[in-house]
Amino acid sequence: MSQSPRTLYEKIWDAHVVARRDDGTCLIYIDRHLVHEVTSPQAFEGLRMAGRTVRRPDLTLAVADHNLPTTARVDRSGARIPIADPASREQLAALEDNVAAFGVPYIDANAAEQGIVHVVGPEQGFTLPGTTVVCGDSHTAAHGALGALAFGIGTSEVEHVLATQTLMMKPSPTLEIRVDGTLGFGVTPKDLILAIIGRIGAAGGSGHVIEYRGSTFAEMSVEGRLTCANMSIEAGARSGLIAPDDKTFAYLRGRPMAPRGQDWLRAVEQWRLLATDDGARFDRSIWIDASEIAPTVTWGTSPEDVAPITGIVPHPHSFDSQAKSDAARRALEYMGVQAGQRLQDIAIEHVFIGSCTNGRIEDLRAAAEVLKGRKLGQGIKQAIVVPGSGLVKRQAEAEALDRIFIDAGFEWREPGCSMCLAMNPDKVPPGERCASTSNRNFVGRQGPGARTHLMSPPMAAAAAVTGRLTDVRDLVGYDAAKAAA
Amino acid sequence: MTPFTRVEGRAYVLPQINVDTDLIIPAEYLKTIRRSGLGRHAFDVLRQTPGNVFDDPVNRGAPILIAGENFGCGSSREHAAWALFDLGIRAVIAPSFSDIFASNAFKNGIVAVELDRACVDALFLCARQHTVCVDLERMSVTCGTGDPASFTMDPFRRECLLAGLDQIALTLTHEPAIRDHEIRIGI
Repeated sequence: MSQSPRTLYEKIWDAHVVARRDDGTCLIYIDRHLVHEVTSPQAFEGLRMAGRTVRRPDLTLAVADHNLPTTARVDRSGARIPIADPASREQLAALEDNVAAFGVPYIDANAAEQGIVHVVGPEQGFTLPGTTVVCGDSHTAAHGALGALAFGIGTSEVEHVLATQTLMMKPSPTLEIRVDGTLGFGVTPKDLILAIIGRIGAAGGSGHVIEYRGSTFAEMSVEGRLTCANMSIEAGARSGLIAPDDKTFAYLRGRPMAPRGQDWLRAVEQWRLLATDDGARFDRSIWIDASEIAPTVTWGTSPEDVAPITGIVPHPHSFDSQAKSDAARRALEYMGVQAGQRLQDIAIEHVFIGSCTNGRIEDLRAAAEVLKGRKLGQGIKQAIVVPGSGLVKRQAEAEALDRIFIDAGFEWREPGCSMCLAMNPDKVPPGERCASTSNRNFVGRQGPGARTHLMSPPMAAAAAVTGRLTDVRDLVGYDAAKAAA
Repeated sequence: MTPFTRVEGRAYVLPQINVDTDLIIPAEYLKTIRRSGLGRHAFDVLRQTPGNVFDDPVNRGAPILIAGENFGCGSSREHAAWALFDLGIRAVIAPSFSDIFASNAFKNGIVAVELDRACVDALFLCARQHTVCVDLERMSVTCGTGDPASFTMDPFRRECLLAGLDQIALTLTHEPAIRDHEIRIGI
């Protein structure tokens, strides 16, 4: 039987259609559902009110991440330290009550496996190629790095998936982002995805499913792919896919929830078919040369407000529409920066290394590499490293990365969402400025009045050392490295 | 879900692009385990400015919000839709919406109306003086005595909104097909 060529997205979509309405709306089966404490209480409450159950607890996994403080969680005797904030404590208690009442598998807040939901899913092998993955969190897009169709949903949809293991939706148009070539010295996947968002805009991928293709992604580690797919939502796309390959399989092999033995071999055979066919059509395509990407930072209050670190804060009148000029003017005022100011002249007081975007072992290694033998610069009030999960933390400690961070003057914390969003004690004070490896620089994102500059882990480390936004290539000796090469 | 057919009244005018869900409702307020009560925290940051549109007495109880492109971008928090609903907003008009926000709004009986940029720009001016009417049956937006602007909407969403359908109950009518799918893939 011959079939017309299909994209990776179309293959996964087709394999999950349960029912189709005449208007094209489909009922899609959901293979994996991740649940956390913030977007689930009202969903479980909805089930209770309607007398419904969780249809497939075995396809559901819960873990708390957003509210948890990243300071010590047990006292010297090993007893659990209660969360000080009563509202956060109540939300965590609600999750624990709900998973017990509905029989949902749960990773305890004090378990070694606890972490940010998007770090935990791939790490546990819960996320697998070709599956549909949802979570009440927009950064669910991250899981697409493993070739899973993964997207964030609201709480009503969380309730819908808990009750039915499906979602009603329409197929999305596709956007191919092809990147070829090698990322330069000091340039990471984070710089690439920031540059992509800068190029297509915060709404550039709206309504689309992105597939990241080309030699740059083929050569990229799975951790790097997770960073890129994670931020698909910052370009408005709900999902970002990367076709699974040998790197994906090597990453997943032996993970606790991944298939084993004969099942593993059969699974890999199936996963190898998960690639866009030659001749398949995308609704839109863009191409980027990896060698043109520089270390990239944000200057404003939208992830599209990016510039190479060698650049300047743009002039509001340089934008092509009145609405964008107005937005830039507001952003400059909020951020306390001036048009034309050199980015490298912007002083910072806080550094945050972590989040579902950059809280994996490779991120910590890259930051530690820069910090080795160096200290926090003048004017830095607080610098924290928050591993994405307990297992990442343990691995980093086994590699003595924690010593490098602590010796440099960083605080070494417990895993969680931390300073990525201001709903736990980790916040940036009003009017102060943070070099952050997280994913959003929105107004108030890291705390009321907080000013965020997004960047890669090595760039955040470099900023920590100098106390201002810094080109990491200068700090670690780009010319020397180039000469050696 | 609350059915939606038509709403008429004052509109909050917020001529900004990329209004993200952190701006609609900051993370600090996501610790609630209820859906109600978020209205007083909606647009918390903007409301710290004296004379802001949300605290203008003439707009008290306004059922409509008009904003710039890419409204509701960022976090998937449905708290944004709950906060708007709690504030009394039943329709949001913008040139474009983030996918997740549009879906969350729909699930809460809030109509996300997409109109082209020129229409929305005209509404920014008109709505300061006149009331606005969003009619889902006629698929039109009217400001004051002006000509109605028509909009389109996914037919399934429109049908659900007009009837106030319980989505989960609707999906559960497909239970045999869901079971068949599970058998087919062996889970």
